Amino acid sequence: MEYFLIIISAIFVNNIVLAQFLGICPFLGVSNKLSTATGMSMAVCFVITLATLVTYLINKYLLIPFNITFLQTIAFILVIAALVQMVEIVLKKTSPSLYQALGIFLPLITTNCAVLGVAIDVVTKQFTFGGEAHFLNLGEAMVYAFATSLGYGLAMVIFAGIREHLAMNDVPKAFKGVPIALISVGILALAFMGFSGMVK
Amino acid sequence: MSNRFKLITDGFVKNNPTFVLILGMCPTLATTTSAINGLSMGLATLFVLVLSNIVISAIAPVVPDKVHIPAYIVVIATFVTLVQLLMQAFTPAMYETLGLFIPLIVVNCIILGRAEAFASKNGVLDSACDGLGVGLGFTCSLTVLGAVREMLGSGSIFGWNFLGGNDGMLAFVMAPGAFICLGYLMVLFNKFLKKS
Repeated sequence: MEYFLIIISAIFVNNIVLAQFLGICPFLGVSNKLSTATGMSMAVCFVITLATLVTYLINKYLLIPFNITFLQTIAFILVIAALVQMVEIVLKKTSPSLYQALGIFLPLITTNCAVLGVAIDVVTKQFTFGGEAHFLNLGEAMVYAFATSLGYGLAMVIFAGIREHLAMNDVPKAFKGVPIALISVGILALAFMGFSGMVK
Repeated sequence: MSNRFKLITDGFVKNNPTFVLILGMCPTLATTTSAINGLSMGLATLFVLVLSNIVISAIAPVVPDKVHIPAYIVVIATFVTLVQLLMQAFTPAMYETLGLFIPLIVVNCIILGRAEAFASKNGVLDSACDGLGVGLGFTCSLTVLGAVREMLGSGSIFGWNFLGGNDGMLAFVMAPGAFICLGYLMVLFNKFLKKS
């Protein structure tokens, strides 16, 4: 039941883009077409889940025992950068078709603050999910990370769909491009606010 | 001298990171719930931007090309950790409010962007001026956005409640208001300030 609450909360209630403002740059950058948006969401999903697993373990077995948690930011960003590079190399060798699909998006992900954001969040924040406030254990952290990235994908795909329609409309000159996109995201976020309160 | 002055003023309108370059959107949207929060976030970013620009412009000639991005990220992450510890010590309340977005300055594309595009190719003093200009431009936009959201959302400005009541449009303090306010501010910027 708790895993279910984590999933609902991460995808709808605290959607990473529309409620937590993480990963906005790629969200605005590559949502022009539905196909690129899907590719990017898949790459993000993959990296967020993997990065959270690695950084969670590093934090638990390296940073906390040696009492060097102040190095968290530096350690995590380096791990994520290295991980993204490694994933790229491994994919290139083992699964060229997946590499073709995700390839161009992978280098962009290092600077996607959603990845670092989720990695820091799961080790520093206390979550409630209906019960008492507690730090996440590894299983919960993984479910949270995966569900969060699904939420990212959901927001991305919905928004890409909206944007494909926006491109065909005649908007005033000053509104063209990013401004009208931001206003549409605002309305989308307003819709997602309807989910708030479903999971505490 | 006038050249350096121009580097600083360019950051406000011509190269404004928020409205023209559209970089660093996450902290822009997330931390501008009030004018003072926006201002603090802007200043924290300014601090990291100036110092990392200085250090990166100094080390750029000796860093091998292959590892320059990781090297820059380490420099940036070091200053971010510094800001984190300083804020925790001196402004704990603000540190709590800004929360996750202080460590996330590391992945703010403005900083790595300026390091790549400017600091790695220019001298220390020029890079410091560039960092100062872009940082001030960012601080300025964040404060304006924060002020607008605070006025609409809670009817006050910099904590001064000019409506005398507690009735603002709550949506403007929350997520949708951030997107909508920034969108309309960008429209105004395009209309009146941007030179085509």
